[in-house]
Amino acid sequence: MMATSAVERNVALTINGARREIPETWSVADLLVSLDLDPRLVVVEHNGGILRDRESFPRVPLARNDVVEIVHFVGGG
Amino acid sequence: MAHADVLSHESATHTDPQPFVIAGREFRSRLMVGTGKYGSNARMIEAVEASGAEVVTVAVRRVDLDRSKDEGMLHHLDPSRYFLLANTAGCYTAAEAIRYARLARAAGFNEWVKLEVIGDRETLLPDTAGLLAATRTLADEGFKVMAYTNDDLITALRLEDAGAVAVMPLASPIGSGLGMLNPYAIRTIKQRLTVPVIVDAGVGTASDACIVMEQGVDGILMNTGIAAASDPVRMATAMRHAVEAGRLAYLAGRMPRREVAVPSSPSAGMLDP
Repeated sequence: MMATSAVERNVALTINGARREIPETWSVADLLVSLDLDPRLVVVEHNGGILRDRESFPRVPLARNDVVEIVHFVGGG
Repeated sequence: MAHADVLSHESATHTDPQPFVIAGREFRSRLMVGTGKYGSNARMIEAVEASGAEVVTVAVRRVDLDRSKDEGMLHHLDPSRYFLLANTAGCYTAAEAIRYARLARAAGFNEWVKLEVIGDRETLLPDTAGLLAATRTLADEGFKVMAYTNDDLITALRLEDAGAVAVMPLASPIGSGLGMLNPYAIRTIKQRLTVPVIVDAGVGTASDACIVMEQGVDGILMNTGIAAASDPVRMATAMRHAVEAGRLAYLAGRMPRREVAVPSSPSAGMLDP
């Protein structure tokens, strides 16, 4: 009981150009949930590589100093 | 009965006999429209609807995590009704444009891209060397590249060689509304290329669109000409008619220009003075 409630630590990473702190246990899917983003409507680039398979988001862990870009379509010509 | 015959004859000869096909895919409208610079998304949707366009361009940008800006286009545009064509607007190098194109493809709608590699912040004219390099790379990766370029024939030919599925010369600079500055160049590009030629940028009003289509090009892509009109929805309707009118006039073949008048009414049968 006392061993399982370890203190949750945060890590700092860069998301869309800004430094943010998130719990170190979070996956990409957790991050999107916390940002209230529908994974079907965004594309995620993680440390320079595009995550092509949205199904994989829960299995992609985030770590200290990762660089994440979350993009979507906006109006344009 | 006779009246009905006339009508059916008219509908057969008044329509465009050639389907509008790019890279094997047929599109229902020769007018493609952008979705930028609208005052509201509701207005944008109404204008896109009025334009009759099937191909609708979008840009790839960071999600605003603080949600101070409006939500993404997919909240507004139904991707089953429109063909979403992502652009690489704002990219100044081939590498940057390639990155944006890959991100757009990962959105999962199609492998098409309206490729822009801009060379100058003031004129937004394309960097043709970067454009050619990016076209080669993306075509090799299976992208259907529609390349936004200037009205230079040699660059257009090189883009076709590099694997572009359509070449998109400008009528005049992006957002300028100056209309077509060099009809000779546009006609020459159309005559020399095998892939479709779609004029992109510079169309300011319906007559501009009509004159562009009269050069025989395959289509037009425009954004500001509609979005920046006082009444975008009405202008979108005007552009739809103008693109159709210009296309039909091109197919009909205009009369030769003459420097002298030729009477339209018979000279015979006049009364004695």
